[in-house]
Amino acid sequence: MSEREVMEYDVIVVGAGPAGLSCAIRLKQLKPDLMVAVIEKSSEIGAHILSGAVIEPEPLDRLLPGWRDDPPPICIPVERDEIWLLSKDGKRRLPTPPQQKNHGNFIVSLGAMCGWLAARAEALEIDIFPGYAASGIHFTEKGAVGGVIIGDMGVGRDGEQKDTYMQGIEIHAAVTVLSEGVRGHLSKQLIRRFELDRDSDPQTYGIGMKELWRVQPGKCKPGLVQHSTGWPLDTRIYGGSFIYHMDKDRIAIGFVCGLDYADPKFVPFEAFQQFKHHPMVRDLLEGGEILSAGARAISEGGYQSLPKTEMPGALLVGDCAGTLNVPKIKGTHQAMKAGILAAEHIAEKAAAEGFDAKLRDSEVVRELYKVRNIRPAFYNGFWRGFLRAAIETVTAGKLPVTLPVHADDKSLARLDQGYTPPDRHWVERKLPPRDRLASVYFAATAHEEDQPIHLQILEPDICTTRCTVEYDNPCTRFCPANVYEMVEGGAGKALQINAANCVHCKTCDIKDPYQIINWVTPEGGSGPNYQNM
Amino acid sequence: MSRILIIGEHDGQNLNLATAKCVRCAQAVGAEIDIAILGNGVDAIAAEAASLASVSKVIAVNADHLAAPLAANWAPEVVALAAGYSHVFGPSTTLGRDLMPRVAALLGVNQVSDIMEVTAPNAFKRPIYAGNAIVDVQCAEGQTIVGTVRAASWQAVDASGSGTVESRAAAGSAASHSRYIGLEAGGGERPDLQSAAKVVSGGRALASEENFEMVYRLADRLGAGVGASRAAVDAGYCPNDMQVGQTGKIIAPDLYIAFGISGAIQHITGIKDAGTIVAVNKDSEAPIFEVSDIGLVGDLFKVIPEIESLLG
Amino acid sequence: MKILVGIKRVVDYNVRVRVLPDGSGVDTDGVKMSVNPFDEIALEEALRIKEAGKAEEVIVISVGGDECQQQLRTGLAMGADRAIQVKTGTSLQPLSVAKAMLGIIEREQPGLVILGKQAIDDDNSQTGQMLAALWDRPQATFASKLTLNDGSVTVVREVDVGLETIEIDLPAVITVDLRLNEPRFVKLPDIMKAKRKPLDVVPLEELGVSADSNLSVSHFAPPAQRAKGIMVEDAAQLVQELKNRGLI
Repeated sequence: MSEREVMEYDVIVVGAGPAGLSCAIRLKQLKPDLMVAVIEKSSEIGAHILSGAVIEPEPLDRLLPGWRDDPPPICIPVERDEIWLLSKDGKRRLPTPPQQKNHGNFIVSLGAMCGWLAARAEALEIDIFPGYAASGIHFTEKGAVGGVIIGDMGVGRDGEQKDTYMQGIEIHAAVTVLSEGVRGHLSKQLIRRFELDRDSDPQTYGIGMKELWRVQPGKCKPGLVQHSTGWPLDTRIYGGSFIYHMDKDRIAIGFVCGLDYADPKFVPFEAFQQFKHHPMVRDLLEGGEILSAGARAISEGGYQSLPKTEMPGALLVGDCAGTLNVPKIKGTHQAMKAGILAAEHIAEKAAAEGFDAKLRDSEVVRELYKVRNIRPAFYNGFWRGFLRAAIETVTAGKLPVTLPVHADDKSLARLDQGYTPPDRHWVERKLPPRDRLASVYFAATAHEEDQPIHLQILEPDICTTRCTVEYDNPCTRFCPANVYEMVEGGAGKALQINAANCVHCKTCDIKDPYQIINWVTPEGGSGPNYQNM
Repeated sequence: MSRILIIGEHDGQNLNLATAKCVRCAQAVGAEIDIAILGNGVDAIAAEAASLASVSKVIAVNADHLAAPLAANWAPEVVALAAGYSHVFGPSTTLGRDLMPRVAALLGVNQVSDIMEVTAPNAFKRPIYAGNAIVDVQCAEGQTIVGTVRAASWQAVDASGSGTVESRAAAGSAASHSRYIGLEAGGGERPDLQSAAKVVSGGRALASEENFEMVYRLADRLGAGVGASRAAVDAGYCPNDMQVGQTGKIIAPDLYIAFGISGAIQHITGIKDAGTIVAVNKDSEAPIFEVSDIGLVGDLFKVIPEIESLLG
Repeated sequence: MKILVGIKRVVDYNVRVRVLPDGSGVDTDGVKMSVNPFDEIALEEALRIKEAGKAEEVIVISVGGDECQQQLRTGLAMGADRAIQVKTGTSLQPLSVAKAMLGIIEREQPGLVILGKQAIDDDNSQTGQMLAALWDRPQATFASKLTLNDGSVTVVREVDVGLETIEIDLPAVITVDLRLNEPRFVKLPDIMKAKRKPLDVVPLEELGVSADSNLSVSHFAPPAQRAKGIMVEDAAQLVQELKNRGLI
């Protein structure tokens, strides 16, 4: 392996999401002479961005005053909020809690907004490089983060260099900003290496699945924000839905399930599809067409799970640290604020050191602190959670107790120890997509077939032995893209990994009970091609 | 009335079926139909062309330099013959696609590529974005209409015609700057998957590389190309250049028979333009039955041998 | 010699193309645009010829609005030396594109012009052949192998029945097919270098080319749904049905 070519920047930002782009923009606003680059593994900015999304505009007002005169391509002011408690055939309207009062907020396509932010970043002479995946960290002699290593391209399935082989370069920078989003693969390595989570609770997550639909004319009510809980989930599974009505007869519809569920037979994708068949929702969708579909994990641990966000030479911003506000189900404004704060810190100190203290002292963490007990309140079931959440809301998080947050990978119940999965009474489905493979089609996910499989199974024997007995291979069910299949081979069952279907949601890396699935980045440019998601 | 000149395709021995499909398309325009056969020693082929239904006249142009279908040599000939015709059509084969745009440019017009449907003598439908959208194309009055005819959209006319054959001398001579060297027919006896008129495909239900022999045997019996689903390729039953589908080959044979293929949308994307889709699958709920023209719920391990014995 | 490579800005091949409900066109809202994949292959071949010492300069050319500069920069990042944008506001048909390219050919005098065999949006497959006709030079379409000789090029073409070999004298037009080569990845530092390479803008009118066409395209529709099929009971019925339909 020859020495890698090196490019030098003052700051390298990993991930062109709202956190990373806000950080880069703010940096250049404060210090126009800084050399700033943003690298992004997706083929185009926004292609891997999946979010509801209803956003609070405050950080946009701060970062880009005047943005309202030239807003992102999809930006609809919220008109009305509805919260529903669903039963199998019925629905009950609930009062809107303060965290879900969205007056003054906007329904956006976060992906389109990131494209819009990227254009502004380029106008500030920030170098943005989509299609390049940071696959490793460059460490300085002292063991500090000194930049990133771009993944090699043109490597075959067997690890051999193909004719198109191109060695990845190294990008060196005084400060590396990690804004990879939830369960970033580099963040995961660095958190472990620098023990950044030593003093925090484990992170906990949800899986968010979303579809973009064009419904029949007249059905979409632009500006309407609907959330639901209840059906089709039982009281032991945290989660709910969102339906955001946009423009041009388009609606964003999605479903979130907390990944701490116990039932190994549960299929989150199926729960989403069942939700779509609730009479209230089916009416909305019937006769419409799916434009796009996808999934992405969300971070739910909040305050308790926030790791130390700085290490020598680097810092974590946005959801790779976990700044999403769960009761609001909003992470974008938090991510942007964290990115802006990081930029202000770097502009002042030219180093990562001291950022963590600033973040913990900031409105970002204050906001997390206020709602810190709401998600863990649901560990004992829906109704207890609901009650506790109400109390926490009324007391604005001032009660002198902090509930601990637990890890998702330890939550599955053992099928060989008496757990019986409940009968979910789900209905026969008629709406597209028919199954996960059809859903993957709408994610337009693409991976060069001839490349190493990016889902590494660290102890593959477990899959066909312990896991089958203990949990009946739940990866075949929690993956929203049907990546994992147990197939009958000559020598009995074997795990088949359909890596090309992967939508980079990270659920498998999170939920696998043995923590033997290690998601690494495939060749740059691979993965979903979400449009307007 | 329109007068259409069709540039016939042949291999030196026989007329290509694509020519008979061009005639069908010309019929839809409602025109007087002539065919031009260019080559060397093509009188027998011209006679064959003249027997195609509704053909008035076949013009045979024999010359040394026309023996090989070099566009640089054929295009000026076609232009010379085109006088007096309202339309000049060619097949959307590699020959037609190579030749006809050169003709169009020499006639000063854009070409209508891959005609799927004729809506008026000067209006057509054609596919764009790999068939994901169909557009209407209108041609201006007073200018020759040059088009290529999409094979998968037209049935060949039969040989019930009685046109006349006329010989003409070549108008031009060899373009010295282009020289035909040779042709290497497709590897193996089996038709190439991408261009075969019939394709037999196998899915994961075949369960092994050895079992795929059944598919090859049936394909050979039918003179068909062989394809496979992504699942079969991933399972190692056959090489990946046999994969049909969104990430494999997108094909449009007249006949596509799928054994043990469930019909995921990614596979259907690869065959959506096939003429007739036949599906054999044990699972009556398999999505492929939603798109198949003829479906049979059954065990392929029984059905394939049965088909073979019925074919004799 | 100089090699001119035509590249077109098209909807990325991964995009699920959808027709607008009113039939006025295809939905390109927020859609990713890329260099036509066949044009990337054409450029890759030109770069290899230059790297083999048989050409001194590779020029990429695109005919379109300023948005296509993004694709020209990609071409420069891949390794082209210079870029030319023939600027036009309207979408041009192949004959006009060919005439525009001829105008540039008259200025640049390339020894070889390489194009993709078709653009994946319009799927016309006409421009290369038309250019050769207007230029009165040879054409070799659907090339899967090129061998440069002294003053000529031997081209293996993918045809329906197999592989055809022809030899054409330079200057000539070649259109390329999928199996010719695998385009290289772009190195990050080359993206930076590309920003400094020359990109000239030539207005279409300056070349004396009009956007007029004998064809007008209207009404975009999704593909027709397949008619509902039939089920048969057994292999015998299946075979009979296929025979009835003249398929076997």
